[in-house]
Amino acid sequence: MGPNTATTAKPGSVDDQSVDAPLLEPQVDNQRDLPPEPSGVMECEDLNVYYGDFHAVHDVNLIFGRHEITALIGPSGCGKTTVLRCLNRMNDLVAGARVAGRVAYHGADIYDSKVDAIEVRRRIGMVFQKPNPFPKSIYDNVAYGPRVIGMEVDDLDSHVEGALRDAALWDEVKDKLKQSAFGLSGGQQQRLCIARTIATKPDVILMDEPCSSLDPIATSHIEDLMVDLREQYTIIIVTHNMQQAARVSDRTAFFTARPDETTGNRTGLLVEFDQTKTIFSNPSDRRTEAYISGRFG
Amino acid sequence: MTTTAPIISVTGGDDPGPTSLAGSRRPGEMVVMLLLRVAAFVSVAVTVGIVIALVGPALNFFQQVPVSDFLFGTTWRPNFAPTEYGALPLVAGTLMTTLVGMIVAIPFGLGAAMYLSEYASPRVRRVLKPVLELLAGIPSVVYGFFALQFITPTLLRAWLGVEVGFTNALAAGIVLGVMIIPTIASLSEDAMSAVPDALRQGSLAMGANRMQTTLRVVFPAAISGIAAAIVLGISRGVGETMIVALAAGSQPNLSPDVREGMQTMTGYIANTAGGENIVGSVSYNTLFAVGLLLFMITLVINMISIVLVRRIREVY
Repeated sequence: MGPNTATTAKPGSVDDQSVDAPLLEPQVDNQRDLPPEPSGVMECEDLNVYYGDFHAVHDVNLIFGRHEITALIGPSGCGKTTVLRCLNRMNDLVAGARVAGRVAYHGADIYDSKVDAIEVRRRIGMVFQKPNPFPKSIYDNVAYGPRVIGMEVDDLDSHVEGALRDAALWDEVKDKLKQSAFGLSGGQQQRLCIARTIATKPDVILMDEPCSSLDPIATSHIEDLMVDLREQYTIIIVTHNMQQAARVSDRTAFFTARPDETTGNRTGLLVEFDQTKTIFSNPSDRRTEAYISGRFG
Repeated sequence: MTTTAPIISVTGGDDPGPTSLAGSRRPGEMVVMLLLRVAAFVSVAVTVGIVIALVGPALNFFQQVPVSDFLFGTTWRPNFAPTEYGALPLVAGTLMTTLVGMIVAIPFGLGAAMYLSEYASPRVRRVLKPVLELLAGIPSVVYGFFALQFITPTLLRAWLGVEVGFTNALAAGIVLGVMIIPTIASLSEDAMSAVPDALRQGSLAMGANRMQTTLRVVFPAAISGIAAAIVLGISRGVGETMIVALAAGSQPNLSPDVREGMQTMTGYIANTAGGENIVGSVSYNTLFAVGLLLFMITLVINMISIVLVRRIREVY
């Protein structure tokens, strides 16, 4: 393990100061004192996921802390999105997907046969990689969730406004609520999707690379928003962007992929899970350090 | 490495390389393009030819019978004195049979489309969709015979106890609807399948169930394609001939009661064109007048469907 010098900076890094640093310093102004162990809203115990015969994720154990942002990072194919999609049973929609182990939400296994996936998703919302507003007006996009889940809302208009304000979008759209959501920019669309999600008042918000299709300015809007939303929600984010994980998350889980010796299929596994500042400044696993410093992945 | 000569020299130097970028003629390609162009223009030429063939005798007809009598007259009696040439009974016959047909075809067609697109497993869809489309391949004379021999005597009279004539618009319309189901189902399914999965996932991730997702997200997103499918179904119903000629009857009848026999525009043409008409006679010319009217109606319907289909591209 040689010293990490300028060559370790990832291409495309926006962080000039990190060039001479031994590792990427977490550029976090949101770092706060965390309990050593997260107080679990959600928990994975020995989570294994299979797509048909393909073993996608192996023995993942994670705890997601209340009002914390947990980042799942790692190279492509390491199973981080698969894990995320298990957390609100979106993997149910994939033909042949099978989950073993336990995913607990406030102690209850969401894969229990008595549990309704629809109820799970009402509490655990999701924001996707690409903004996916409905081909409806801005207003109807936000009102959709409360309408379909039969939420008891005193005044839908003010509820929609509240969600748009929480998503830091209100000022930009308040004069065109009846216009199509497709007229918005990509970053606005993604914030609309966040507004749409928080309009149903979920407990946990899952975000699957929410900034990967956005430019840096829109990205920084979303990141600021995540830090604000942390006060009310538990957020779990998958990201390819290590600076982003360092900037916004409280804890980070690093995944990697292990090729099967006979088939060559790559199975994802959790390498290390700790507070973000520890992961980025003093990782305990060499694979984490190699990835963080840009020498692998 | 150093001794390997470049295969194609792109620089100057000793080897001047290709001196001109002008292409050589490719006769084969020219022939193919010419043939394709002919193929494309044949259909246009045929359409224009049909219109010209229709318009000539129809104009002769309208010199003998005023257009307003033809369009708004309520009695169609071209073969017996006193002759009257009011096309409304024929238009009504067409509309009534088509209406019954759409009442059958729209719910079943859209239901089948929703099932295939949103509920069926890929394996079920792979089997079911071709079978459904097979319905469209049954010759319409078979459908007509089916209406005459099964729907009227067995389904309507014996099972449902409906008092219907031997030929009636109801039986013809029902079978017409069955024939149109695959058209509506298949095109609507295409439109719904084309809705991006990201929209379904977005809806499901918010706790919507599958039916809400289908009705509130997928269906509205596909509405232009679905509307186009329905319009195309209507135009098939208006243009269908054998079923109505056999099962709806040959008696012009301006009545809202679908239990009675009615003659449609296409039914009239089919019956009369087979008879002996002196070329240039009024009864001969009626065929072209009715044909032209039918052509105009289906043209308008098809234009509506083209506009709707064009709009689909703007939705998502």
